[in-house]
Amino acid sequence: MVGKNNIKRRQISNGIFKGLIITIASLIIVPLVAILAFIVIQGISVINWEFLVTPKQLISKGGGGIAHSLLGTVILIIIALVASVPIGILAGIYLSETRKGKIAYMVRMTVELFQGVPSVIIGLVGYLWIVVPMGNKSALAGGITLALMMFPLIIRSTEETMKLVPHSLKEASLALGVPYYKTILKILIPTGMSGIVTGVLLGIGRIAGETAPLLFTIMGNSYINANIFKPIDALPLLIYNYATGPSDELHAIAWGASFILIMFILILNISARVFFRKQEM
Amino acid sequence: MLKKTNKDDSIHTRFKESKRRFGLGDRIFKKILLFSGLILVVVFLGIFISLFISAVPSIERYGIGFLTETEWKPDSEAASLETDKSILGALPFIIGTLMTSGIALLLSLPFAISIALLIGEYFKKGFAYQFFKTITDLLAGIPSIIYGFFGFFVLKPILLEFEKFMGVEYANGLGIFTSAVILAVMIIPYSASLARDVIELVPQDLKEAAYSMGATRFEVIRKVIIPYASSGILAGIILSLGRALGETMAVTMLIGNSTSVPTSIFDPAQTMASIIANGFSEPGVMQSAALIEIGLILMLITALVNVLGRYIIKKMSVEG
Repeated sequence: MVGKNNIKRRQISNGIFKGLIITIASLIIVPLVAILAFIVIQGISVINWEFLVTPKQLISKGGGGIAHSLLGTVILIIIALVASVPIGILAGIYLSETRKGKIAYMVRMTVELFQGVPSVIIGLVGYLWIVVPMGNKSALAGGITLALMMFPLIIRSTEETMKLVPHSLKEASLALGVPYYKTILKILIPTGMSGIVTGVLLGIGRIAGETAPLLFTIMGNSYINANIFKPIDALPLLIYNYATGPSDELHAIAWGASFILIMFILILNISARVFFRKQEM
Repeated sequence: MLKKTNKDDSIHTRFKESKRRFGLGDRIFKKILLFSGLILVVVFLGIFISLFISAVPSIERYGIGFLTETEWKPDSEAASLETDKSILGALPFIIGTLMTSGIALLLSLPFAISIALLIGEYFKKGFAYQFFKTITDLLAGIPSIIYGFFGFFVLKPILLEFEKFMGVEYANGLGIFTSAVILAVMIIPYSASLARDVIELVPQDLKEAAYSMGATRFEVIRKVIIPYASSGILAGIILSLGRALGETMAVTMLIGNSTSVPTSIFDPAQTMASIIANGFSEPGVMQSAALIEIGLILMLITALVNVLGRYIIKKMSVEG
């Protein structure tokens, strides 16, 4: 082995490897840019105020707008939040307060497994648990189904946040004779608030685009509907129905709806980050 | 001696009493916390139980043969389970799922490992780190339905040309390969972040020892990081598989909806998730039960895959 040549060869292969993985990794930009560019180019041309405030119309009239789905998505998210956030936060606090023990271990394990359940199965469960007993598909069924998806996410983020709250704060409060529940409600939760909000925002971003859980639970609706016991439409479901539909007008509306949906999710993710930064400071 | 025990006892009782004085509010509050945690477990078990109960007609009729039957001929006219003459088997969908997820994993692996090495080893902070982190976060945030929509209108024509070029019979741009390509893009962020976590578990002193012997970074990666992290990376692959198996909407739009057993990677097929999404709204009592059984099998597989993956990672971080 001739030392000098050998070193050179090793340095060259080192350089080649670095270049190679940077190149491969950079290719990941291609799909992202392609998807975003397509949605922006195709979507922005159909978006105007009318598009956002008109519900579905006949294709001969241009197909109308997405007001009915937009309202539907908002209602579904509100139902999901009401059903999952309070109890999710409590369960998250339970996990952060109970580091050891069999029950806590079991709950923690379930959180992990629950997150891995395919969304279409959650949809089946929503159908079996809510649509079948109620007799019809409804906004309520869809909202609860989305809440099932959100529940483990909220637990997880709350637990992570609560672990970061300094122990001294809790001990100081307990030492002053403040009851345990007041310590949690008035010291720990307010301190971790921005982290909890971050988790909730990310959770909304996760469920806003979910389609599979809604397939068997909300049915879709061509009209504006705010009754939670009636069928309702949602943005992702509209995209699915229109994208697989036959006419170009419908496809154009679906691109527009995708643009709105992506923007909504993007804004949620950015605001989540802003909240999180605030907490770090 | 006796005195001492008495004293201990009295302290013990006093402590117990003080606990009792902890207040009703606190005890109720603790119960509420425990209860909220247990609800999740109950819901999770409830999912299994109700899927099982609803799948019973199909389990009773087809038994274990359900997994090996290659026909999928639902009877949509039958009004009740007794008169339903469906012949239903899950094998085409099991094969479809394995092929789609397997190809997607293979396609995503080089990208996921490269990104993980970049943000876990080369650039642990700074611009490059932020850049790749942001891109993978954005990709992870795009909903499945939009991947499907994009795949249908943009990727499908491109892959159609590719299939014609490859000389595929009946090329139409939809099928296992198209789904796998989109699925690969969808799981890259997840597998990259898993791989990065295990790469960061490699002890600093091992790497430094190698550097101090004059090893180049490439040699450290090849001879220290990859061997050390290999079981963790395997776990990452397993967990990504779990993610890919259950992916529904994008696959449903791109798989081409064919219920026969696929023979080539360009064939149209159905995965377990996509047949549920497509078929569950259709009439047919036995078909619904069979689809729920497929759902139950899918859930069991993903749960198993997840447990296995997490177990390997946990074992690795304990050892490290």
